[in-house]
Amino acid sequence: MKNIASENIKFIVSILLSALMGYAIGIYGNLPWWSFVVTNFIISIAMNQKPGKSFLSGALGIGLLWLVLALVIDTQNNHILSIKVANILPLKGSYIALIIITSVVGFLLGGLSSLTGSFVRKS
Amino acid sequence: MRLLPLIASAVATVGLVAVLNTQLPSGASKTPKLGYFLSPQHGFWKNAEKVDASFDASIVAGELKGNVDVYMDDRLVPHIYADHDEDAYFVQGYLHAKFRLWQMDFQTRVASGRLSEIAGADKLSIDRFFRRLGMVYGAEQTEQYINENNPVMKATVDAYTAGVNAYIKQLAPENLPLEYKLMNYEPEEWTPKKTYLFLMFMSYDLTGRSASADLQLTNTRDYLGFDLFDKLYTNQQDSLDPIIPKGTVFAKPSIIPVKPAGSDIAYLKKQDQNTTAGKVSASPEAPDKNNGSNNWAVSGTKTKSGRPILCSDPHLGLNLPSLWYEVQITTPTHSTYGASFPGSPAVIIGFNDSLAWGVTNAGRDVLDYYELKFKDSTQKEYWFNGTWQATTNRQEIIKVKDSADVVENIAMTHWGPAMFDKFYQNPQSKGRNLAVKWTGHNASTGVETFYKLNRAKNFDDYLAAISLWKCPGQNFVFASKSGDIAIKQQGSFVARWDRQGDFLMPGQDSSYDWQGIIPNEENPMIKNPERGFVSSANQKSVDPSYPYYLGTASSFPLYRGISVNKRLRSMDQITAEDMQHLQTDNYNVFAEVARPALMKFIEPNKLSPDAQRMIKEMTNWNLYNNGNEKGITVFKMIWDSVEDAVWGDELAGSPIPLTKPEAYVLLDQMNKDSNFSVADDIRTKGKVETLKEQVNLGVENATKKLVALEKDGKLKWASFKATRVSHLTKIPALSRLNLPIGGGVNIVNATSEAHGPSWRMVVHLTDEIEAYGLYPGGQSGNPGSPYYDTFIDYWAAGKYYRLLFLPKEKLVAHERTKWHIQFTKA
Repeated sequence: MKNIASENIKFIVSILLSALMGYAIGIYGNLPWWSFVVTNFIISIAMNQKPGKSFLSGALGIGLLWLVLALVIDTQNNHILSIKVANILPLKGSYIALIIITSVVGFLLGGLSSLTGSFVRKS
Repeated sequence: MRLLPLIASAVATVGLVAVLNTQLPSGASKTPKLGYFLSPQHGFWKNAEKVDASFDASIVAGELKGNVDVYMDDRLVPHIYADHDEDAYFVQGYLHAKFRLWQMDFQTRVASGRLSEIAGADKLSIDRFFRRLGMVYGAEQTEQYINENNPVMKATVDAYTAGVNAYIKQLAPENLPLEYKLMNYEPEEWTPKKTYLFLMFMSYDLTGRSASADLQLTNTRDYLGFDLFDKLYTNQQDSLDPIIPKGTVFAKPSIIPVKPAGSDIAYLKKQDQNTTAGKVSASPEAPDKNNGSNNWAVSGTKTKSGRPILCSDPHLGLNLPSLWYEVQITTPTHSTYGASFPGSPAVIIGFNDSLAWGVTNAGRDVLDYYELKFKDSTQKEYWFNGTWQATTNRQEIIKVKDSADVVENIAMTHWGPAMFDKFYQNPQSKGRNLAVKWTGHNASTGVETFYKLNRAKNFDDYLAAISLWKCPGQNFVFASKSGDIAIKQQGSFVARWDRQGDFLMPGQDSSYDWQGIIPNEENPMIKNPERGFVSSANQKSVDPSYPYYLGTASSFPLYRGISVNKRLRSMDQITAEDMQHLQTDNYNVFAEVARPALMKFIEPNKLSPDAQRMIKEMTNWNLYNNGNEKGITVFKMIWDSVEDAVWGDELAGSPIPLTKPEAYVLLDQMNKDSNFSVADDIRTKGKVETLKEQVNLGVENATKKLVALEKDGKLKWASFKATRVSHLTKIPALSRLNLPIGGGVNIVNATSEAHGPSWRMVVHLTDEIEAYGLYPGGQSGNPGSPYYDTFIDYWAAGKYYRLLFLPKEKLVAHERTKWHIQFTKA
């Protein structure tokens, strides 16, 4: 029981760390946009979770971060730009689809980078 | 063993990063780097501006001499208050960059033939065209001249440049304008040369039509023979109402241009001699034929207030971000407001606390081609005045994205750059070697004209300011608080003999050279005329008694000028609101004459029921090109079809597109001579079609198209015309399409499909100036800003904003003042 609880805490802490560090490193516009791959990788090594959980915590950390950022920005912008970009990309002008795609990219790459980290300890 | 999953997972991660960090091919273009583009902290989301964002800021700039306060009003127009003139231009540069950086970069790239560098080999033909036309060469001449001779302009442009660069320097990568992220490149430093390149682009846009028109006219003349050509492309415009009223007596010319002996044979009727064909390259779209404008000023004798009113609306390509950016500049030396060019210091069209000015295009021919005979394929010598003369080689290197550099070798001659030669041809140049001579190549202190107009106090200052103006030739309208009105056509105009330069000219001796530039004093001007108004709408400035040839009549649209003058003559007790109504007037003076001319020939009883219905629609039309009218659509389609029926056969056999005769040529023939021989369809042997048959055939042809339009619900003029304001990249999502607006070619409200009044301004010269204006765009160039296209709907509806032009204390306290940007030295 205790073990499962601490596993859960670890999982949640991992998500929060991923999001926090991903956000922090993202502030530096001179660093590449994928810098969170490195922070996730390191967090994953440090947290030492099972590969599945590691993937999911990294994926949720960045995916949720990007989802929230995009949602906040888009709401404050009244969808002015998202509708235009969703016509260019082409998503038929659906800002919702654009926000989902944004967070899916964060989710996938966040997950993969954490998964990679989890195999370092296990290998 | 978990090494394998580690490797697999690492490869997958790196692979996904790589894919999302690459521009993937998508049709003819490429996607942005998707991961970067979608990243909320790096990509496009960063350009989504808060709709209630504050523009308050405090900026420290060591380049300043003192402090500058900028107040932004509710339309995001900056009001710059500076203690030093140069500081004002520094801040203007900074603000242009802050709101329009990508556009400034892009426009100067087009002008200097550097599109391939960011967009790849696709754009090479456009780049080569501009390089070979001598755009960079011209900008270099101006830069050198100003650096050596004009310290005040140098300081002005340097301060502006420093302002642009101060903004670029502090710009964080995540805040780059959206277009950089879409196209994946980065801004570079601004330079004074870029300002001159931008002004070269305006010269091209307003005088460069000859670069294609001279070729096309020559080919048309060669195809038809001179006699038929002269009939269809006559320079005679019977209904002309010139800028300078008919009957004005002109001073004796100081230059009497002499037509070279034998030119009737050697030049006017010359048959083309094909030389070795070079590589055929597509040219960029020629500048719009309708690049023009209206401006006028009415004196106090015609206004309700007793004070003059000045109006100006330049007609140009309608783009987002707009060519224009509104600004007020106030320093201890002057205070001015108006539309500025992102890319150049000062106000271009506007007013100050003493007077107002505006411009329209003069349309005069200032670009000619000379046919060269090279000694051999090395192009190192050409035949001139009986000897072989050496060319010099000018090398221009075009960088191409994802590909090797392209080197342009351009032979420089007495005439100018050899634009067309063995390396470079287009379908119209037909293998000829052609050097281009253009006043745009000459050093020009154009910026100084605006600098001085911004500071002008009276008529003499205005005249002194515009006397410096060279290219593109403009009609400068003027009105002052003190009650003067005037208009002058000013520029470097060639003293031409009749039809000189309409066609390609022989380049083997100097007898075909320009015989002089007309002295400024002989350029057409009127001040305070009896009739109480001055105006221009790109028509010929003078009647045929003027001693110099202006250029081919097709460069001078006829009908807008007639419309404007007719209205101004009849108006009295004029108010600023009346002037707004005139600027947005949709009356079709061409149709007023052309509709009855058509009806003379139309035999309704012999037409199909659909055609009869359409004719009814046309005859019931009120002659206004309003957006909701159907009659204008019917009229236009019928007129075009009749033109096709009449001219189509003569021009149809040519493998390359020829110039279509002007509408007034056919109209004059319909009114004068119903036995017009050209009406015959030369393709039908043994049958002679009359004009009557052709008109009725035209009606039936048009009806087929009109019925189809009706089915699509596109018979109403606004839906048929579908006016748009396109983003400079032409991306539809960043453009505004299908605007509900009337107007059109020949109409005072000259709004056609992608072209029209790019800035409308009405200035009432009362003690406290009462000015109105707007342009179809918005102050912010950022598609993610609510200020991106703010004015478009208002513009389409024919409405105006009251412009805030106030001293600092009053502006700070004004209810429409929203934000404060403070610039300090340290």
